[in-house]
Amino acid sequence: MVEARGLTRRFGNRWALAGIDLSLEAGDCLAVFGPNGAGKTTLLRVLAGLLDPTGGSARVGGIALPGGAATRAQVGLISHHTMLYPALTVRENVEFSARLHGLAAPHAAAAEALARLRVLDRADALVRTLSRGLQQRVSIARAFVHAPRIVLLDEPYTGLDATGAAALTTALAELRGAGAALILVTHHLEEGLAIATRLAVMRDGRFVRAEQREGVDPAAYAAEYRELTAVAG
Amino acid sequence: MTPVREMPGTAGAAWTIARKDLMVELRTRVAFLAAAVFAVLAAAIFFYAWDPTAVSALDLAPGVLWVIFTFSGLLALNRSFGAELTDRAIDALLVAPISREAVFLGKALANLIFVLGVLVVTVPAVVLFYNVSMSWSAVAALAGVVVLAAVGLVSVGTLFSAMAVNTRLAELLLPTIALPFLVPVVTSAAQATVLVMGGRPGSGVWEWIKLLTAFDLVFVAACTLAYPFTIER
Repeated sequence: MVEARGLTRRFGNRWALAGIDLSLEAGDCLAVFGPNGAGKTTLLRVLAGLLDPTGGSARVGGIALPGGAATRAQVGLISHHTMLYPALTVRENVEFSARLHGLAAPHAAAAEALARLRVLDRADALVRTLSRGLQQRVSIARAFVHAPRIVLLDEPYTGLDATGAAALTTALAELRGAGAALILVTHHLEEGLAIATRLAVMRDGRFVRAEQREGVDPAAYAAEYRELTAVAG
Repeated sequence: MTPVREMPGTAGAAWTIARKDLMVELRTRVAFLAAAVFAVLAAAIFFYAWDPTAVSALDLAPGVLWVIFTFSGLLALNRSFGAELTDRAIDALLVAPISREAVFLGKALANLIFVLGVLVVTVPAVVLFYNVSMSWSAVAALAGVVVLAAVGLVSVGTLFSAMAVNTRLAELLLPTIALPFLVPVVTSAAQATVLVMGGRPGSGVWEWIKLLTAFDLVFVAACTLAYPFTIER
């Protein structure tokens, strides 16, 4: 569902992506760890179609990048920005996203997404009146409302309390069960190790380590990750 | 479960975006009130600076109207893309399966309704301050000129608002780069208004209206096609 070969992206003289290879099938979840500036967010933005790659090739949902509307229809993007309108209500924000994705019943789809993230009881509240954690849950509902087949998550657990984190983990499991492929970018090893099927450590625009999650000892992995990122620092 | 969907066309997506922008403005009313108050204050300042023994009302009023129109319109257009940057909502728009042209047209449509709303305040203010008496046919002709001029201003202003929004001095940059392009629109509208307010509607007005229509067609088409190139990729 997601494939990249030698994917690069340059900003001025700096290579944010310096040759990324990856391949994800339906139901896969790749957790990408790495220090600040490693290129994790750029990778997600390129795969989401927000940035064009400088070189290499990538296919998202079977369509080569830079793809058009058909590619973007399959993608759900969550970033550390909420991408919400503070002056609109929770429901209006999610319905707006549903309408842009052409859903036949935007009201019902928004209600379902909000219920999944356990924030339906705040549907008529203005987003600007919500806490950061609740805004993040609404942002996730916005990204999931069209049941994306490829989900790109940039630090999605930021600001979430235990209830929000549990709701997100459940929603991600449901999406994977429905055949979605996930790429999760995070600094927090525990979160990634808990849900990923594959792991990668990114540094200086490259995967410096990549493996299947199965059989990985979390404690040993954390120690080796600290060593890798300490070298980067 | 995958929701039923039908990808929105350009017109449908543009209307969804315009409706969202108008809802945001209705909730906040900040930009509209600022533009309307500016328009009334400017009309008052021009009135008190006017020497009726030196310049007749019919010679001055059209110029005053279109100066106020231009600057109050640009004041309003500044917020058009600024609202999308608060929490990077623009990313959610750009990752939606809609064309870039739909984003521009939606923004422009909302801006057009907004600018026409400001003109509903501005035109009566100028007519009252300068005691201009107009027949109903002249009012209808002026309304046509106003709508055509607003289309020209909004298409150019929306494009340059998208370009200026990421700069540090967006409020200053927008009028600086947009005003030269607005000269043909404002000149044509002012000349047509001189004839309408002077009670001389006829073929002269139609010539200016035809010129305004031609400018609008060129500006709307060129700005719609140019907008995708203003997005950083």
